Amino acid sequence: MRAATVWHLGVKEFRSLARDRMMLVLIGYAFSVAIYIAGTVMPEILHKAPIAIVDEDRSPLSARIVDAFYPPMFMPPELISAAAMDRRMDLGLDTFALDIPPDFQRDLLAGRGPALQLNVDATRISQAFAGSGYIQIMITDEVMKYARGQGAQSAVGEVDLELRNRFNPELDKSWFGAVMEVVNNITMLSIVLTGAALIREREHGTVEHLLVMPVTPAEIMASKVWSMGVVVLCATALSLRYVVQGWLAVPVEGSLVLFLVGAGLHLYATTSMGIFLATVARSMPQFGLLLLLVLLPLEILSGGLTPRESMPFVVRNLMLAAPTTHFVMLAQAVLYRGAGLAIVWPQLLGLFVIGSVLFGFALARFRRTLAAMV
Amino acid sequence: MSTQAAPHGPAGAVATVNAVAHRYGNSVALESVTLSVPGACMVGLIGPDGVGKSTLLSLLAGARSLQSGQLGVLGGDMRDAGHRRAVCPRIAYMPQGLGRNLYASLSVRENIEFFARLFGHGPAARQRRIDDLLQATQLAPFAARAAGKLSGGMRQKLGLCCALIHDPEVLILDEPTTGVDPLSRRQFWELIAHIRADSPAMSVLVATADMDEAAQFDWLVAMSAGRVLATGTAAELTARTDTTTLEDAFIALLPQAQRAGHHRVVLTPRAPVAAPVIAIEARALALRFGDFTAVDDVSFRIERGEIFGFLGSNGCGKTTTMKMLTGLLPASAGEALLFGHPVAPGDLETRRRVGYMTQSFSLYGELTVRQNLVLHGRIFGLDAARSAQRIDELAARFDLTAVLDELPEGHPVGVRQRMSLAVALLHEPEILILDEPTSGVDPLARDAFWRMMLDIARRDEVTIFISTHYMAEAVRCDRISLMHAGRVLTTDTPAAIIAAHGVATLEEAFIACLERAGGTTRPDAATNAARDTATCSPVPGAPAAPASPLRGSLRRMLSFAWREALELRRDPIRQALALIGSGVLMLVLGYGITMDVENLSFAVLDRDQTTVSRDYALNLAGSRYFREQPPLRDHADLDRRMRAGALTLAIEIPPDFARDLARGRPVAIAAWVDGAMPSRAETLRGYALGMHLHWLATRARRGEGGAAPNPFSIETRFRYNPDVRSVPAIVPAVMPLLLMLIPAILTAVAVVREKELGSIVNLYVTPATRLEFLLGKQLPYVVLAMASFLLLMLLALLWFKIPLTGSFLTLGAAALLYVTAATAIGLVMSAFMRSQTAALFGTAVLTILPAVQFSGMLDPVSSLEGVGALIGRIYPTTHFLTIARGTFAKGLGLADLQLPLLYLALAVPLLTLAATLLLRKQAR
Repeated sequence: MRAATVWHLGVKEFRSLARDRMMLVLIGYAFSVAIYIAGTVMPEILHKAPIAIVDEDRSPLSARIVDAFYPPMFMPPELISAAAMDRRMDLGLDTFALDIPPDFQRDLLAGRGPALQLNVDATRISQAFAGSGYIQIMITDEVMKYARGQGAQSAVGEVDLELRNRFNPELDKSWFGAVMEVVNNITMLSIVLTGAALIREREHGTVEHLLVMPVTPAEIMASKVWSMGVVVLCATALSLRYVVQGWLAVPVEGSLVLFLVGAGLHLYATTSMGIFLATVARSMPQFGLLLLLVLLPLEILSGGLTPRESMPFVVRNLMLAAPTTHFVMLAQAVLYRGAGLAIVWPQLLGLFVIGSVLFGFALARFRRTLAAMV
Repeated sequence: MSTQAAPHGPAGAVATVNAVAHRYGNSVALESVTLSVPGACMVGLIGPDGVGKSTLLSLLAGARSLQSGQLGVLGGDMRDAGHRRAVCPRIAYMPQGLGRNLYASLSVRENIEFFARLFGHGPAARQRRIDDLLQATQLAPFAARAAGKLSGGMRQKLGLCCALIHDPEVLILDEPTTGVDPLSRRQFWELIAHIRADSPAMSVLVATADMDEAAQFDWLVAMSAGRVLATGTAAELTARTDTTTLEDAFIALLPQAQRAGHHRVVLTPRAPVAAPVIAIEARALALRFGDFTAVDDVSFRIERGEIFGFLGSNGCGKTTTMKMLTGLLPASAGEALLFGHPVAPGDLETRRRVGYMTQSFSLYGELTVRQNLVLHGRIFGLDAARSAQRIDELAARFDLTAVLDELPEGHPVGVRQRMSLAVALLHEPEILILDEPTSGVDPLARDAFWRMMLDIARRDEVTIFISTHYMAEAVRCDRISLMHAGRVLTTDTPAAIIAAHGVATLEEAFIACLERAGGTTRPDAATNAARDTATCSPVPGAPAAPASPLRGSLRRMLSFAWREALELRRDPIRQALALIGSGVLMLVLGYGITMDVENLSFAVLDRDQTTVSRDYALNLAGSRYFREQPPLRDHADLDRRMRAGALTLAIEIPPDFARDLARGRPVAIAAWVDGAMPSRAETLRGYALGMHLHWLATRARRGEGGAAPNPFSIETRFRYNPDVRSVPAIVPAVMPLLLMLIPAILTAVAVVREKELGSIVNLYVTPATRLEFLLGKQLPYVVLAMASFLLLMLLALLWFKIPLTGSFLTLGAAALLYVTAATAIGLVMSAFMRSQTAALFGTAVLTILPAVQFSGMLDPVSSLEGVGALIGRIYPTTHFLTIARGTFAKGLGLADLQLPLLYLALAVPLLTLAATLLLRKQAR
């Protein structure tokens, strides 16, 4: 492999990309506005959770309970009739519906142990889990305070659990959403750019011409990998500096340089993957579909959207072969937890190994399919 | 042909052009053209490449929008969209480039049938007419062959069939015989003559750079540099310039400055060499693709400094042989040698000594001509100074100086061929392998090219191996091989071949040679027989009876749908990816996305070390949510392990915990949660609090200190999904995700692909509206997406065993609306973008994020904030998700889901409207 050839072919890729104005606009969008939107949209799990209350008691205590729910964790509760409850839940208007039975306050004070009913829309799994726990604690709190005020016997020897959040004290989801969107767009853009560039050359017949020049397949591939990698890496660095840290004011704990080194290794893997997909697909429409088939699991199952621990055993271990999994781990460790090289070296190594395997694999296939491209 | 007398312009003019000018960016294509084109005859636009012939023809056809001046065709203004629509069924347009408006994956018959459907023939009339045209053009034996696999000549004939299917009054042919071999070319013109004999009222407008062809036309327009030089019959032009041939006449008509550069080609015979060096040698080369033998037992030797010609019709194996010589294709048998070394695929040193010009355009469209040349120079290892010098030389030689800093795209074929040639010559190769380098190049440029070839062959001893189908060029070669059907028939000097056959010209010798070889290339008998039965006259009751506008519209839409569906059917990989792919994704995502937060790792820093403190840790470890890790030693240990992400929860139990508890003193347990992933942290906090309360309650029940029993209880009912399992909640949510992304990506390239490949011109010049075109394209993908919907339903019901409690019909209807909206989103992107890459990326960017994160799959839309919340509220996925969850889990039906259905029903026309507005009906 000769560096000069790889360099010049790579510069050609830059020039090609620079001609496609629409593509530049899209890249700009994907690394600025899209990041901002993704960063600002993500609620904490209990953010404006819609709740409705059927207050059949209409006592001071029930009023206290109703007042306990307020933004930002909950939407101001809708006071509804028992009859409306089912329909509202059916339409998905409420995630929670609390039914306070008649004579709740009286029964409580009389020590008859009344029961509240909390209905949870369990199809909204994320809110259902955390929310029902919160609501129970909140109601218990209110009721206990009320009971104490009414002279009921106070509990002795309270045990508190003081929970503190590390790395993101407010559990601000915008930190997470923005960075994960950057990670997703890195993956998507690098696969699209390299893969589509190769298919385009094939559809326009320029690959054939490349092959009669003193250029090896490895040089062609390496030129696409490095040039598109650089494009995405620059977009990433700018996006982190100006959109994530600047516009969204997300505090980044760790070293940006370390993150970018990780991103570079990740790009090594994903650009190779783009080449590989382009050798499998015979036309741009096929490439589009293949892209989705690969991209969705890569993005959704990498641990960037839902925690890896809870994935089924098979999925969790299969996803260890995906570069995104390691990159997401690295991103979280470096950017949030301020981890250094001593902690993230296994991820870097993982990315390098996966990247090399993909590169080798793609190169072998690229060589084999070249004849069919002519 | 036109039974009703066409309302032609003044003096029977079929078109009047008044001060029409056209420019592409900064380059002027038409300066100012004023012209009146006579009807019912054969009109030729002549002139070299790049003088504006194609631009003028595309304006006349209505394919390009007029920038300035007036243009009347068939008695109406071409600026007027109404008039354009009214006359476009009466005009047929065949753009430049071999079969650029055809569809490569469709068969010959299907291509014609598509145009027939578009113009509205009934089935019976359609079949009859297609059969007639196939007979007349002798394409009948190849009716089932894919258009992409036809030779150039056959492709042009097919293009003509498609143009003639609707009995046009005006036939516009843009360089129809460029790149077509002489036999096919002759057949093509015979065919045109025959058609004109049948319908004398038809006007034919032809652009050509070939003066011999043009001499046969009725009336000529000589053009140069965007202007008309002269008009008149060939005889008039030669008489006016006092010349004998049209070619000379044209040169005489040129302005002085341009004329100066032209000289005749003077053949300098090659001096005999005492000990010839063999530069190229083929030894019994053969290549077979399956049963098909493309090249069979081809042998020849080419000496250094020789110009060796390969002569043969399109598709006879010339290109394949050349590709084997360059190592692009491995030979099935035999050997290819360059400078005595066998051709090896990885041999970079030999490649440096060879310049190869392929038939396909080898420059990058996104780089300027200069940038292309520089890149090639660098790859061949030329240093910057030498490279710049060579570029200047070549630019001057090939008259490319003016276009050096422009993009190669948009220039006419001839200019592009010169660019390719400059690229092939840049590194001063010792061997030049040129595959039809002059096809499409105008005669002046061709002569210039040959002067240069002779120059470098004679002076620099460069070996030139060239393929051509111009006899005039073949004569200039030192030796030629005649090739037919994969075999070399004869190899000798042109003069010797002519003498051996006892004929006067090389063309006759070639034909005689073919006949001896048993090739049926002069099927005059067959042609005539076919002509007796073939009638190109209008089919009774064909498009003459205009159906109601709505039916016509529907018919055109269905024609597009039919064509798109055929293309899709030819692509089983795409179908399989769309169907199986969505199934696989459903399985992966259905199991993979899980909100059950489990197996969270935690560790305890136990400073108490009593049974009570150990009981607290055991209480946590006993739940399925938590998994205990080795205990923490100190705060530093805690910090390190949390930073590494090894712990998501760390608990510190203070000293004297058990003692304080027993004495009823308030105690506090400290806990740290990893906040790096906020949703996980929130859930974890909930669990931790829950387990804490649970521990207290257990102690209270056992009568131990620390808490009082609750005076009331809360009954929590998890509805719709009582086990709070992820799968029943996620699977119905994955369905909307997949049914958005896959259909959108399917249609995303549908339109922009036609823009890139050129067949979009069929929208420009046919009576079809943009809406018909888009809806037609959309229909097959909607059907495919519905198939994928049914597959996903089956998976959900039978594999995941999630019962559908609500109305299937409602879900089905919603799915139909939804996939229509999804395909429309793809079409919007496709209509807007100019490259397939951008369309793909744009669609992915604009669908994945909103569908995955703003549509309520994980977080309800009502909880979102900012722009994302706004997007979520109007995005179709949100509403289909409500319907999918409602019908799957909540037992809902039509009555309950009217609102989201209404949203979906509204999204479809809005998106379609957007796509229609973004698409152009004419090129710029």
